[in-house]
Amino acid sequence: MALKDITLGQYFPGSSPLHRMDPRTKIMGICLYIVALFLAKSMVSYGFLFAVLALLVRISKVPLKSIVRGLKPVVFILVFTAVLNIFYTPGTHILVKFWVLTITLEGVRTAFFMVIRIMMLITGTFLLTYTTSPILLTDGIESLLSPLKKLRVPIHELAMMMSIALRFIPTLIEETDKIMSAQRARGANFETGNLIQRAKALIPLLVPLFISAFRRADELAVAMECRCYHGGEGRTRLRQLKYHKLDWLTLTLALSMCVIVFVLGKFGL
Amino acid sequence: MEAIIQTKQLSHVYSAGTPFERAALNAVDFTAYRGEYLGIIGHTGSGKSTLIQHLNGLLKPTSGQVLYEGTDIWSDPKLTRQTRFNVGLVFQYPEYQLFEETVYKDIAFGPGNMGLDEQEIDRRVRQAAAFVGLKDELLDKSPFELSGGQKRRVAIAGVIAMEPKVLILDEPTAGLDPVGVESVLENIRDYHNAHNATIILVSHSMEEVARNVDRLVVVNDSVIPFHGTPEEVFRHGQELEDMGLGVPQMTRVFNRLRAMGAKIDGGVYTIEQAKHAILKAKGVL
Repeated sequence: MALKDITLGQYFPGSSPLHRMDPRTKIMGICLYIVALFLAKSMVSYGFLFAVLALLVRISKVPLKSIVRGLKPVVFILVFTAVLNIFYTPGTHILVKFWVLTITLEGVRTAFFMVIRIMMLITGTFLLTYTTSPILLTDGIESLLSPLKKLRVPIHELAMMMSIALRFIPTLIEETDKIMSAQRARGANFETGNLIQRAKALIPLLVPLFISAFRRADELAVAMECRCYHGGEGRTRLRQLKYHKLDWLTLTLALSMCVIVFVLGKFGL
Repeated sequence: MEAIIQTKQLSHVYSAGTPFERAALNAVDFTAYRGEYLGIIGHTGSGKSTLIQHLNGLLKPTSGQVLYEGTDIWSDPKLTRQTRFNVGLVFQYPEYQLFEETVYKDIAFGPGNMGLDEQEIDRRVRQAAAFVGLKDELLDKSPFELSGGQKRRVAIAGVIAMEPKVLILDEPTAGLDPVGVESVLENIRDYHNAHNATIILVSHSMEEVARNVDRLVVVNDSVIPFHGTPEEVFRHGQELEDMGLGVPQMTRVFNRLRAMGAKIDGGVYTIEQAKHAILKAKGVL
């Protein structure tokens, strides 16, 4: 069934150095990478960042195929961005001109870099979610945002909500799949018909899905209360996040990557 | 006997072309005969759920064919849809598929999709409800007010109301109390007798299938290692145990007795048969 094939930044279990790294390192590293991407202005700096990305993909052992598949949903955004940039960038080197549309050399250049930038940005963040389990990811985010607790931002609660939401995405997809099959077995038709018919056809799917989601939420709440869950205060962790040598090294490298791109920019590269 | 559903070299691969690629069925030849009560056993992940979803055209074979009354059900889209009405499939925990405001409307969902007129739908809904032992006053209630066992009956009635010639039930008794188990099995037998319908009962309870079915198909590791009458199948005691399936308790006792050297008949799976076999061995019969 097609629904099962959806990848939602799916985690690829593995044991590469990238998998073993502290999630906080990876999150900060990705942030630095994004900063570097926006600092990059020339072929040289993009080439450099591309090399870094290629190296990381190689280390992570995530199959190239799945990365390409992850890029598919954004093709529309890529095309849209490219078209806008090609036509609406003012410039002096006019390549083509007809009616109100002008294509300039600068436009083509901007469009090209824009598309490359978005693709690298998405691949980079994919790498984060491919190599970090959702649980570790939220742990990392919680830890990184914990200074905000002083400002009474309920970081723990937010992180918990996020973990639960992430945890239940596959469950709900599976559930949807099951209910869809069950209703199709009773002759429901989800594929054909006009817009109104199709919307109506979704009722036999959505009602049971909502009911089961509420039931699950209820059961989960009871299970959590049975184990005396009462929020983040004084709660200890099974998995303590710890920085290792590799993490410090990675952070240093990520910082130097930013500096290199910045310096390259200063030299007009 | 005349075959009603057949699969020929049926294979199915999930998530083909991704790292999660997994073969669930491998060149399976399966036959269900008209009017028989067939059992399918196999443990979780053996491929039995995949197999039954092919029988009514919910899953499309990766390769191979599914024949209903001799015609490939994928040869024509209309036929695929028609097959879903001819071959009723009750999923595991079917009570989670209920959605309508009243029990009546929910049971009428299937027949309504078949495009029947109101009178015929009404007849079928009432008959199906009676089959599973739902009282008339329940029909106007919301299905969500009912107990778990009653919901299960409503869901089964929803499929029976389509009056399928083949009724497939995936673990219809899972999670019911012993009384509920008995009465659901009885309802199924009633339907079998009343419509001369083919029943395919999927289960992993050996006792349950042993007591009910005429013929048994074992699914393991994406293939059908053996099939036959319960007696024949349970003779493969050791192999079944190796598959993690086990045999009915009576069969196990008798297999052990035979292993210990007792001159006694194998292929025993109910207490009645056990009594008979022991008396025979003693020379009383």
